[in-house]
Amino acid sequence: MTIHSETASTAAAATSAANTVPHLLQVKDLRVHFPVRRGLVFQRQVGAVKAVDGVSFSIKAGETLGLVGESGSGKTTIGKAIVRLVKTTSGSIRFDGQEITQLNGADLRAVRRRMGIVFQDPYGALNPRLTAGSIVGEPLIVHKLTSGKGEFLDNVAGLIETVGLNPAMMNRYPHEFSGGQRQRLGVARALAARPSLIILDEPVSALDVSIQAQVINLLQDLQERFKLAYLFIAHDLSVVRHISDRVSVMYLGKMVEIAESSRIYDNPLHPYTQALLSAVPVPDPIIERQRTRIVLRGDIPSPLSPPPGCVFHTRCPIAIEDCPLAVPEMRELEPGHTVACIRAGTAV
Amino acid sequence: MDPRETEYAYRSLWPDPFGELNPGPAAAHNQSMRQPHTRNSGEPLLKVDGLSTEFVTGDGVVRAVNGVSFDVYPGETVSLVGESGCGKSVTALSIMRLIQSPPGRITAGKVEFEGRDLLALPEAEMRKVRGGKIGMIFQEPMTSLNPVLTIGRQITEPLELHEKLTSREATRRAVELLTMVGIPDADRRIRDYPHQLSGGQRQRVMIATAMSCNPRLLIADEATTALDVTIQAQILELMKSMTDRTGAALLIITHNLGVVARYADRVNVMYAGRVRESAPAEAVYHSTRHPYTAGLLHSVPRLDRELGSRLEPIPGEIPDPGVRIEGCAFRPRCKFAVERCATDDPPLGGVGEDHMAACWEHERVGRESGTPGALTR
Ligand SMILES: Nc1ncnc2c1ncn2[C@@H]1O[C@H](COP(=O)(O)OP(=O)(O)OP(=O)(O)O)[C@@H](O)[C@H]1O
Ligand SMILES: Nc1ncnc2c1ncn2[C@@H]1O[C@H](COP(=O)(O)OP(=O)(O)O)[C@@H](O)[C@H]1O
Ligand code: SF4
Ligand SMILES: [Mg+2]
Ligand SMILES: [Mg+2]
Repeated sequence: MTIHSETASTAAAATSAANTVPHLLQVKDLRVHFPVRRGLVFQRQVGAVKAVDGVSFSIKAGETLGLVGESGSGKTTIGKAIVRLVKTTSGSIRFDGQEITQLNGADLRAVRRRMGIVFQDPYGALNPRLTAGSIVGEPLIVHKLTSGKGEFLDNVAGLIETVGLNPAMMNRYPHEFSGGQRQRLGVARALAARPSLIILDEPVSALDVSIQAQVINLLQDLQERFKLAYLFIAHDLSVVRHISDRVSVMYLGKMVEIAESSRIYDNPLHPYTQALLSAVPVPDPIIERQRTRIVLRGDIPSPLSPPPGCVFHTRCPIAIEDCPLAVPEMRELEPGHTVACIRAGTAV
Repeated sequence: MDPRETEYAYRSLWPDPFGELNPGPAAAHNQSMRQPHTRNSGEPLLKVDGLSTEFVTGDGVVRAVNGVSFDVYPGETVSLVGESGCGKSVTALSIMRLIQSPPGRITAGKVEFEGRDLLALPEAEMRKVRGGKIGMIFQEPMTSLNPVLTIGRQITEPLELHEKLTSREATRRAVELLTMVGIPDADRRIRDYPHQLSGGQRQRVMIATAMSCNPRLLIADEATTALDVTIQAQILELMKSMTDRTGAALLIITHNLGVVARYADRVNVMYAGRVRESAPAEAVYHSTRHPYTAGLLHSVPRLDRELGSRLEPIPGEIPDPGVRIEGCAFRPRCKFAVERCATDDPPLGGVGEDHMAACWEHERVGRESGTPGALTR
């Protein structure tokens, strides 16, 4: 009900009318292509990396949408396009009803204030020369949300406390924090300007299991407390399923499936989603002994020359002659469950 | 009644929307129903006993590995599992005698392999063991493959050294091995350099190299951690099938409890440089006796966990390896701790048949810590 392809949008609009919670973010047919240039002096464009190629989804206020996919599938690029850290090639991004792909200057800053972003790498993401306090408080200064040093320090101390750290740590430098603590600082900074949407790019991937669980719980508490919407990007399907209301699966710049978390797991419809799920081991030897494994052959193709038609057909266990011929459309096969595979839902 | 309530069959949650799981030309379906390897009598292949390794650093001496003991029997898949810094890699490197000295030093213990103490072997003999009877695969294949040698040469070199093959025989064997690990056009690809391969392909080459001299033990230290999920699955299946086929034992070193559950017959859980629980996989996951193991199992999100359930993290963080903790090293994070934990260090001792744990309260842990997955729901 929240995903639109050009053809399915009328049906989708009909279902979403029944839905009272408004969409906070609506992304439609988003494309982000990076030019590939060759030559030392006269750089010619020789091609394009289609990092994101026609992706549509939406996020409601207070909701978590998970975005999974393997390396290079375009997850980070989607996140960056939303906060306008990369230029959108085409498509539309509406935030709270406002088209933001063309915004500049003060208008852009106003929208950005309402979006936070947390990056994957807890080591590289924080400026090593700034204290924890200045890192966390920077958005307050950028967006002029503070008057006077006292208020600033109070705010920063409050933010640091909110993410479960001791405010007395605000004069320390990033290297004095552990990976988990650094990730908490990243979250505090993302919260500073009181956003309504936070883009979390692999926020727990680099953390050990026990610390990862602490940060996941923190993120869930903060969401509840501040009514935040999350775009939660990760490659770990178990983590994404745990935290997300809905999950979308990416492969080579395309979204191949989107559904409620329980449906993605109970009834995966895209062969790639099925393979991805079966590749994730469950920490239980008895269950593992009984599971069917689908092991995909071959590597992920280069995004410079993605396969024609369905990008997955080169590795797909159920591909037929039609698969390389046309890009499969997103089809809504059950309410809110949309799949881009011509064979999904057909009995073989 | 919902059949799932009485008999939890994992497959029932994995319906096949295409009628039947049809492998087609591009995928290998592997329905394993693998039975765990059970230890029969006989001698262990590898016996690590009281191994201790330290590093001298600017801040003092770091006890990275502190009296680690475990066995690997022939043909068995054994796992060392634990969070980063708990000493898994240092254990593996110590077994292979690859610890840089200085700053590192093996200070105590024995590493018996096929009845010989590796720690007492002359370096020339040890060199024959490495890449010969014991193969190794590490996390970052780029650093373990030599960047200036073709991948063919990386495989033929040990074959010529250990197996005394001629260069032509070695090349033929290299092509065979590369084909076996799934490198297409192997006769052409042997001329490629490591940087020309993808991460997954490099790991395949590492496996071919490690398996080239028909080792009895393959040590894989976070061998798939850097790879994508579907590639990770390919490489793990490959390692498992190669060792199954040749009867070699496999030592899987990882932080991933799922990988351990999928492949290991026997599990050793490490914390702060020591083994804290050791048992057959099923016992570690279903009759857990150490609070740290239980804590890990309750922390980890899993595909079969009830949606909306809350994770139960282990509070706090791992201790600084330079700091000495009185009593049990896990006590600062342990919800089972009692008074004596602060003063007495629990030894790794028998807590059940073929099951060892290092915890004063292991009986209470056994009674009170269920697993959070579907089986026990
Ligand atoms: N600035 C850029 N210039 C050129 N290509 C880029 C740029 N940024 C990303 N790409 C390419 O776009 C594709 C998608 O990249 P992206 O970082 O979004 O993937 P991802 O899904 O986040 O992967 P990962 O899981 O590795 O983080 C990749 O092929 C990447 O190499
Ligand atoms: N060369 C070294 N110098 C100093 N300390 C080291 C060195 N190598 C490892 N250590 C320390 O030894 C401990 C165990 O490390 P390691 O075996 O690599 O952990 P794991 O593989 O379990 O993540 C860590 O505290 C680590 O910092
Ligand atoms: S010995 Fe005590 S502190 Fe250590 S794990 Fe057992 S109960 Fe916890
Ligand atoms: Mg990324
Ligand atoms: Mg390691």
